[in-house]
Amino acid sequence: MTSAAEIAANVANGNSTANDELERSLEAIRARNDELNVFLYVDEQGARRQAAAVDEKVRRGENPGVLAGVPIAIKDNLCQRGIPTTCSSKILEGWRPPYSATVIERLLAAGAVPVGKTNLDEFAMGSSTENSAFGPTKNPLDPTRVPGGSSGGSAASVASDMTSVALGSDTGGSIRQPAALCGVIGVKPTYGLVSRYGLIAFASSLDQIGPFAKNVTDAAIVLEVIAGYDEMDSTSLHEPAPSLAAHVNDGVAGKRIGLVRDLVDGADNEVVEAVERAAQVLRDAGATIVEMSIPEFRLGLSAYYILAPAEASSNLARYDGVRYGLRVDADDVTAMNEATRTAGFGDEVKRRIMLGTYALSAGYFDAYYGQALKVRTLMIDAFARAYRDVDLLLGATTPSVAFKLGSKVSDPMAMYLSDIFTIPTNLSGEAAVSVPFGTGEAGLPTAVQLLGPARSEARLFAAARVLEIAEGHS
Amino acid sequence: MSSPLRRDDVAHVAKLARLSLSSAELDMFTEQLGQVLEHANDMSSLDLDGVKPTAHPFELVNVVRKDEIRVSLDRDEVLAMAPDAQDGRFAVPRIMGEAP
Repeated sequence: MTSAAEIAANVANGNSTANDELERSLEAIRARNDELNVFLYVDEQGARRQAAAVDEKVRRGENPGVLAGVPIAIKDNLCQRGIPTTCSSKILEGWRPPYSATVIERLLAAGAVPVGKTNLDEFAMGSSTENSAFGPTKNPLDPTRVPGGSSGGSAASVASDMTSVALGSDTGGSIRQPAALCGVIGVKPTYGLVSRYGLIAFASSLDQIGPFAKNVTDAAIVLEVIAGYDEMDSTSLHEPAPSLAAHVNDGVAGKRIGLVRDLVDGADNEVVEAVERAAQVLRDAGATIVEMSIPEFRLGLSAYYILAPAEASSNLARYDGVRYGLRVDADDVTAMNEATRTAGFGDEVKRRIMLGTYALSAGYFDAYYGQALKVRTLMIDAFARAYRDVDLLLGATTPSVAFKLGSKVSDPMAMYLSDIFTIPTNLSGEAAVSVPFGTGEAGLPTAVQLLGPARSEARLFAAARVLEIAEGHS
Repeated sequence: MSSPLRRDDVAHVAKLARLSLSSAELDMFTEQLGQVLEHANDMSSLDLDGVKPTAHPFELVNVVRKDEIRVSLDRDEVLAMAPDAQDGRFAVPRIMGEAP
């Protein structure tokens, strides 16, 4: 598969055209989408229009943008004007947003070609993409297994070479965990680095949009394009997009990296071995590895499964059958709201709405929500202490390789444990990257996670690049 | 195994959240939500008096845009996506009293 950087260069210098690159992508989608259920909607017409516009710019000698002619897959919780946007929920089936997310506008301006919308766990709630109202996505590396989630469709699009890059969203690990299970790079940027305008809200204080890619440079290029202040998102950081791609070869010489026991313990042996081997590679490249324990991380899962449902229960109150999406008719408005929500939401979404409603209700607020907010403070302080000593942290992304379809659907708690190593970063609002590293059971990819403080993306990419070179990338 | 959550609690929050559950669903959700709350009990044993709560990772400041007229979403385009609309407004079933 040609990288996004190569596609853009070839399109810009006339060795290829955006149209040809799009046809290659559509061909790959046609070949396997029925089997894998990666895309819920393929926007052939819009993609052809955008590709033609890019080719026209090249013909006229204008700058076609850093992602000129690069087909990209978009998670279906990102609004694109006029294109069905479902969040994999029956409650939004048929809805076409009247506006586009800021990230979509920025991709288009950079010459990228959004080819379609990818499958996810309903409203991004899940770790396997099995909670989709439109059927599960299958892992391209082994279709009897899950691709991870919630951004499973976007991870699978990159893993199956349907597109070289994709966008997802990460609330508790929803980019990094599927990236790990599909053997691709996944980035959870610093909270506020990427505008959330047009991202359908799940848990607003945790959600962040980020890229999937086959290599570190492509991830850095896409993140540069989508990052930077946006007046449409009141939580957007007041700063321009950082320079990232120029620093991917900075290396790790002289850096101190903390190997965190609490981000490894409990993982399968093959995952533990991958993390230990990654530590050795980073040491050989000149970093100092410091073994450390951050016991507060063990509280992350409990805090997250109170805070995220609490925010979700409030955010999802808007699906009431009035302004968009599904309406199930009833005699009065309350009965209509209830009939609509009961028919429109799947079980996992109902679980989280009820959990959040309970945690926020009178009598339980202090014991659950109030306590979880304080644990969030402990988490932030624990990270801050660690980063006074080291530049980055290293651990596992998720405890195992891709698991079998159906193996965890009836046990929500077992499913939630997939995110035990990714959640702390969402709670602190900081940055992390999952990097494919090694192979485990049945030849499936294992992965490691690099974590850094807010705005450390350049440093994270440089360390990730050291690992990908050790894995044979050029 | 004692669950911190009773079946009646689940029925109550379902009502608050405008969801209706069958009897079998009530049983299932009571057990599943109880497991999550039980896991969350590792927090309740902590003494966190004096710890400041964090609702958001960074300090939030209120953002107000300039009070200037500018183009917004097209009303007809937005209403075209609604389940029901009348006279430029969203239409809903009756809210109270007699139907008109």
